[in-house]
Amino acid sequence: MEVTDSVVKNIAALAQLQVDKTELPRLAAGMQNILDLAEQMQSADTEGVTPISNPLDATQQLRPDAVIEQDQRELFQSIAPATEDGLYLVPRVVE
Amino acid sequence: MREDWEVVIGLEIHVQLSTESKIFSGASTKFGASPNTQACAVDLGLPGVLPVVNEAVYPKAIAFGLGVGATIGERSCFDRKNYFYPDLPKGYQITQMDEPIVIGGQVEISLADGSTKTVRITRAHLEEDAGKSLHEDFHGMTGIDLNRAGTPLLEIVSEPEMSSATEAVSYAKTIHQLVTYLSVSDGNMSEGSLRCDANVSIRKKGDDKLGVRTETKNVNSFRFLKKAIEFEIERQIDILESGGRIAQETRLYDPDRDETRPMRSKETATDYRYFPEPDLLPVVINEAYINDIRKQMPELPAQKRVRFEEELGLTAEDANLIASDLGLATYFEICATTCSDPGMASNWVKGELLASVNRDDLLVANAPVTPIQLGTIILRIKDETISGKIAKTIFNALWQGEADSVDGYIEANGLKQVSDSSALEPIVDQIIQENPKQVEQYRAGKTKVLGFFVGQVMKQTGGKANPKQVNELVISRLS
Repeated sequence: MEVTDSVVKNIAALAQLQVDKTELPRLAAGMQNILDLAEQMQSADTEGVTPISNPLDATQQLRPDAVIEQDQRELFQSIAPATEDGLYLVPRVVE
Repeated sequence: MREDWEVVIGLEIHVQLSTESKIFSGASTKFGASPNTQACAVDLGLPGVLPVVNEAVYPKAIAFGLGVGATIGERSCFDRKNYFYPDLPKGYQITQMDEPIVIGGQVEISLADGSTKTVRITRAHLEEDAGKSLHEDFHGMTGIDLNRAGTPLLEIVSEPEMSSATEAVSYAKTIHQLVTYLSVSDGNMSEGSLRCDANVSIRKKGDDKLGVRTETKNVNSFRFLKKAIEFEIERQIDILESGGRIAQETRLYDPDRDETRPMRSKETATDYRYFPEPDLLPVVINEAYINDIRKQMPELPAQKRVRFEEELGLTAEDANLIASDLGLATYFEICATTCSDPGMASNWVKGELLASVNRDDLLVANAPVTPIQLGTIILRIKDETISGKIAKTIFNALWQGEADSVDGYIEANGLKQVSDSSALEPIVDQIIQENPKQVEQYRAGKTKVLGFFVGQVMKQTGGKANPKQVNELVISRLS
């Protein structure tokens, strides 16, 4: 896959990042390097190898179903830019 | 022509798992709390927090999987689904993409003509719910309540195999029955415990290729699901017949206007950039754990239906109705065992009980008349202590809290049926004497007047006479 400037722009838009036009070629080249490396690895013989979804050779510990959290709304909302009636207020989301 | 089109529907049903705490945090999942009082640092996605998986979601997801005959993912993994929306503070939802907990399976749904149809399930995966956006006016801003963020969900994805709104509703009801039977979810739709996304497309009959589909999101009642799908079908046919094209988009159903509307138009195509959740390891479930759950599986609605029909002799229609709700089925079974008469128990349960429950908007489990009390009432009809009419009086007295025992109430109010001929004979004679005109009609062959005499005797005795006996007495006196 070829990483063009427009691919970088699209990814930036999805991640809601503002990228300066002058940065595009450098970022495209960087991403291209990553993809090239992945492509190089594609040539390895993986016949009979199970894909791993996690590199650690361990499984998840589960926790009991118990409520252990207290209400800390006041504390959490003390760092929010705007709140009202217990709600966090954000710029209007138009549906 | 409308008939030239074929409808293809697939449903994604989000079922809220009935746990005390959230799927990745120890915050409460209780419904109706004051906004943001049940949203902890993990639910808010504050920096440095880590998710820890709630063990209670596994038995529930697995029980569902076993209930639909699915394969259980002995190894399941979580993934991140990335998108920006204010009710998703982390910027991603933790869900399962490549290795879900439930793979495959199927359910039988009932169709209007009494036949059944198999609908296959693609998969069911665990995920967290998002928060809630309140779009009322907060000085031109949107209010966010994150109490629901992190609530455990099982998303059940069907194959696109339903071909009408009615079939889709029947499928949704079947899933609802199953998850409530298995205590996977409380199934309370008004509190959002079961929400449907409907994927609808249409194509010319005989076409192999699926048409472009739309997804109508977050429908939270069976009635709205039917209306939303019906609206979507009509809308799509209108567009295609007038030469237009269907846009693949997400829509919302507006019950006030009975229409669906596009939800948000995105400049870029949806791309959730899934990748494995680095904060969580794979969850491994062993065979013994699955077998333990299998052993504890209760009887499922479909099995109950068959047993009610074949062993208890109910009609298909009654078996279907009573088995449709676990509370109702349990009530019926206790009642039928008490009176040893499934037929009468079924008549009373679907008649008086359901009418009273619906009138007072109660859950069957909270009915003021217990199934043992109703069973006793039926027993007293069967041993001819009371008539059916008096039985209804007793039922209502118990329901209104005016009585607390069936036999006690019969005794206290002198409701015992009069089957004593010596007590009934004088009353019958008196009524025959007072109504010579009817006697003449009867003797002239108009046997219908018999009902008049029986009615009069019943009236005289305050409904306590044994109607069968009165009938016999009147006939013998008149002939």
